[in-house]
Amino acid sequence: MESLLDITGGVLLVAGAVFLLLGGLGLWRMPDLFNRIQAGAKTTTLGTILILAGAAFLHPEWGFKLLLIGIFLLFTNPLSSQVLARAAHRRNIETSPQTSVDMLADAFSQKATSENDLSEKAGSDKDAEEKS
Amino acid sequence: MVESLIAVAAALTGIAFLFALLRFIKGPSTFDRVIAFDVLTVISITFIVLSALIEERGIYLDVALVYALLSFLGVIAIARYLEGRF
Repeated sequence: MESLLDITGGVLLVAGAVFLLLGGLGLWRMPDLFNRIQAGAKTTTLGTILILAGAAFLHPEWGFKLLLIGIFLLFTNPLSSQVLARAAHRRNIETSPQTSVDMLADAFSQKATSENDLSEKAGSDKDAEEKS
Repeated sequence: MVESLIAVAAALTGIAFLFALLRFIKGPSTFDRVIAFDVLTVISITFIVLSALIEERGIYLDVALVYALLSFLGVIAIARYLEGRF
């Protein structure tokens, strides 16, 4: 007869594996890069943490190392996906046709236009000096 | 029962690995490949934990921790390089 701890650990392992499977499926099916980043980062974080929790249920003496790996993944996984998304946005990766809102591009274009205004002003001053 | 549940979890994780590998091979842009690489490393960490459960050796978890550290550094380095601001 299995103990309740073992059964809970096994069910958590399978649940985490299902989340990983959904993450892989999203990575394969999503239409553009940013959707793939969402599908890949979030589901794998949750799935891995569920699998680590299941392993901690099966072997409670490994708890500290599993907790360490889980905390490390919880910090680094969103960070790496955010850095990748920012790099892709700076490189102007094309989005899918359904994408309608891009607030980061709007903010960048506002900043760029204000800088252009300043440079045009400086250029016109220079022109005026040359004319005089 | 627990062994069969671990086997089911390993099989589902293997299918997820296969999907991420397909995206890694196909991936239209370099960023798609880097994302697929990131997901592949996370899935590999879970594989190491599952193999530690199957073999019942706690020392494999140290390998998983170092693997997580190095893969994170690799992904950050590639992303900064692609961004062009080194």
